[in-house]
Amino acid sequence: MGLDLSPFADVVGSATSGPVWIAGQQSRVTAPTSIRQVTAPSGIYDLQSDEMTVVCGAGTSIDELQDALRAVGQYVNLSRSNSGSGTVGGALATGRSDIYRLGRGAIRDTLLQARYVNHDGQVVSAGGPTVKNVSGFDLCRLLVGSVGQLGFLGEVILRTRPIPQSSRWFMINEARPETVEAILRRVYRPASVLWDGRKVWFCIEGNSRDCDKTIQQLCDLEEPSEVAGPPELGNFPFRQSVPPTELAGLVQGHLHQGTVQLLVEAGVGIIHRQTPAEPKATDKTIELLHQRMLQQFNPTGRLNPGVSLTAGSTV
Amino acid sequence: MKSDVFAQPISQTLVTRLRQVLEPRRVHTDAADIDLYKRDASNIEGRAGVVCFPVTTTEVQDVIRICAEFNQPFVARGSGTGLAGGATPLDGAVVISTAKMNRLLSVDPINRTAWIEPGMLNLDLTREVAHWGLHFAPDPSSQQSCTIGGNVANNSGGPHCLADGVTSSHILACEIVLSDGSLVILGGEEPEPVGLDLRGAFIGSEGMFGITTKICVRLMQNYSAVKTMLMDFTSVQAGAETVSAIIAAGMVPAALEMMDQLCLKAVEAYIHAGLPTDAAAALLVEVSGLPHAVNEETDRISEIGRAHGARTIRVAQDEAERALLWKGRKTAFGAIARIKPNYYLHDTVVPRRKLNEVLQEVYRIAQRHDLLVLNVFHAGDGNLHPLLVFDKREPGVMERVHAAGEEIVRVSVAAGGVLSGEHGIGLEKRDFMPLMFGPHDLQAQSAMRIAFDPLGIANPFKVLPSPSSCGDAHNIGEDMWV
Repeated sequence: MGLDLSPFADVVGSATSGPVWIAGQQSRVTAPTSIRQVTAPSGIYDLQSDEMTVVCGAGTSIDELQDALRAVGQYVNLSRSNSGSGTVGGALATGRSDIYRLGRGAIRDTLLQARYVNHDGQVVSAGGPTVKNVSGFDLCRLLVGSVGQLGFLGEVILRTRPIPQSSRWFMINEARPETVEAILRRVYRPASVLWDGRKVWFCIEGNSRDCDKTIQQLCDLEEPSEVAGPPELGNFPFRQSVPPTELAGLVQGHLHQGTVQLLVEAGVGIIHRQTPAEPKATDKTIELLHQRMLQQFNPTGRLNPGVSLTAGSTV
Repeated sequence: MKSDVFAQPISQTLVTRLRQVLEPRRVHTDAADIDLYKRDASNIEGRAGVVCFPVTTTEVQDVIRICAEFNQPFVARGSGTGLAGGATPLDGAVVISTAKMNRLLSVDPINRTAWIEPGMLNLDLTREVAHWGLHFAPDPSSQQSCTIGGNVANNSGGPHCLADGVTSSHILACEIVLSDGSLVILGGEEPEPVGLDLRGAFIGSEGMFGITTKICVRLMQNYSAVKTMLMDFTSVQAGAETVSAIIAAGMVPAALEMMDQLCLKAVEAYIHAGLPTDAAAALLVEVSGLPHAVNEETDRISEIGRAHGARTIRVAQDEAERALLWKGRKTAFGAIARIKPNYYLHDTVVPRRKLNEVLQEVYRIAQRHDLLVLNVFHAGDGNLHPLLVFDKREPGVMERVHAAGEEIVRVSVAAGGVLSGEHGIGLEKRDFMPLMFGPHDLQAQSAMRIAFDPLGIANPFKVLPSPSSCGDAHNIGEDMWV
């Protein structure tokens, strides 16, 4: 068995204990001061490099976890928040993948097992400890991005991955939509392709000699220059999610308006914005399924009250 | 909220209604016809009441609305290749086959997505997109005959999921029909649809949350280089330790499969590939990607193999040899017919470092029950597939097979593993769920089911043990292993 979560469960309390809010480092979501706050356990309990798994408390800082994994040549597909390290639980609860999603996959694939405290103060286990598992329904997928509304994560088992031999960023100054398309077509599994309508940055991971050859093969495009890393995302505090096929049109529309305020993840569909996008209307059946799910998992609404799962937050 | 609903005898009124919404020839009630649908590829038999073949989403909606109106359970079915009884209809449920909904609807080769219908075969999808240099990564051994809809229902895996992940990582959206006939798209082409990941919850729900009628898949770029190697060992332990060492060295091969001696012998007698039949175990390792990385990883894996006592390391010299090695792996189940006429294929996962320990216990279990066991499995992710071979005509053999199977499951879970890596729970392992999950855990999974299917008519009595389902033997065939 893993960590004893009963002290955490006691603090969260039962269905009659009133509203409660799970707070991490508050780097992603600011906790309301009017609601009792609890914090999840922290610490790395088991790191098995030959299993490619790590067991840790949800309150563990992402920096601490990545440092420990780096020592064994691995990383976990969770990213720091824009304003600091953030916690493992916070990254999972918000469920936002980072700019490497194109190559490394979505954050939701990282969580193998979760032990969480439910609305009634009971410890519940979801998923399994192994990298492959189809035993029962996939509650872990539902927990990632649930903003603490279905339960408060206490202990998690995460899938780790080997750190790539090299991770190199390149930039092309004058990148038309065709240039972006060419990169998506011709670069073997790029880790990231970012475009602001004029410049494109892309990341290639793996063997460095393969990377050199890939760049040579793009010589018919304007020569890519190697750069230290991706552009600064701090100027784009808002995000919008669209089908990737719509990106080119959206970016060019903004260019025609004369102001470039976007940085898009090509091939993925995330738009990093300086201003919030209009929230989208939610399908009525999706809304109904959310209501039913919350009725089952958080019937009194005491877990993280006031958070709307379907409001279409663009932060 | 209602509990899972038992099927009622199929009334003529219900059949008439179904024939009003589907062409009558696509509503089968003839005993000989529907007998074909009483089971999937498992040994677990049930009984279909009527079998429907819708060809459009609207028809699926219409059929499900009628089921809801008559409070009649329905079971979705693709090719019926499932191995856990997930598509076995109980007590005369309505079987809704999506096999005729098998079109490729659209492909976006730039963003590498495709919309398909659920009845499309797994391998057909990869063939259809091959000219764009793309493929669908999950590749179950049944990929020539299993449907993508079935892959979604079971969150299927396959040898090449070690590096690229199982089905859930490759599905962007599912259009589904809920048990009241309403239609909704879960997930989307956009990466962050609003709200909960209902798409992720739906995948692997074994038909108990609704039926998918369209699927948006993520496609992967084909690799430009591949090397496939076979290394053999004088002990299973050495092979298992090599697996852990490869992963610990920071490599995730495209595939990392193991075959034990009995399996090697059976396969060699079948395909004559020059397999090392005197070895205790052999690893089939495939590395794919760009050329320098592939060459470098092949060298490093070979070094690790030699350091762990690999006797020979055979690297396929051309595509024909590579295909032959893979044929050995993928035809293992056919090859066992040369030993005994029947087999029972198990599916559990254990931590990689426990592979040898659990395999030794599997051999002891088989010996205790006087059974032959072959092992051919996805070693890279610890996904065991002990294959118990037997002759069903031997008196008492089924009891021994079932007893041995139960022990294998218990040993795997006790070693820190899980009940299933890719076959699912269905009926086969439903009542083993408490080995992994406590009452609160099961209640949470039940809550998901109720949220999706408050009517309790979508493939009821699968996956989740319940007092009512455990106690009801009315629908359990004599071969059923529970």
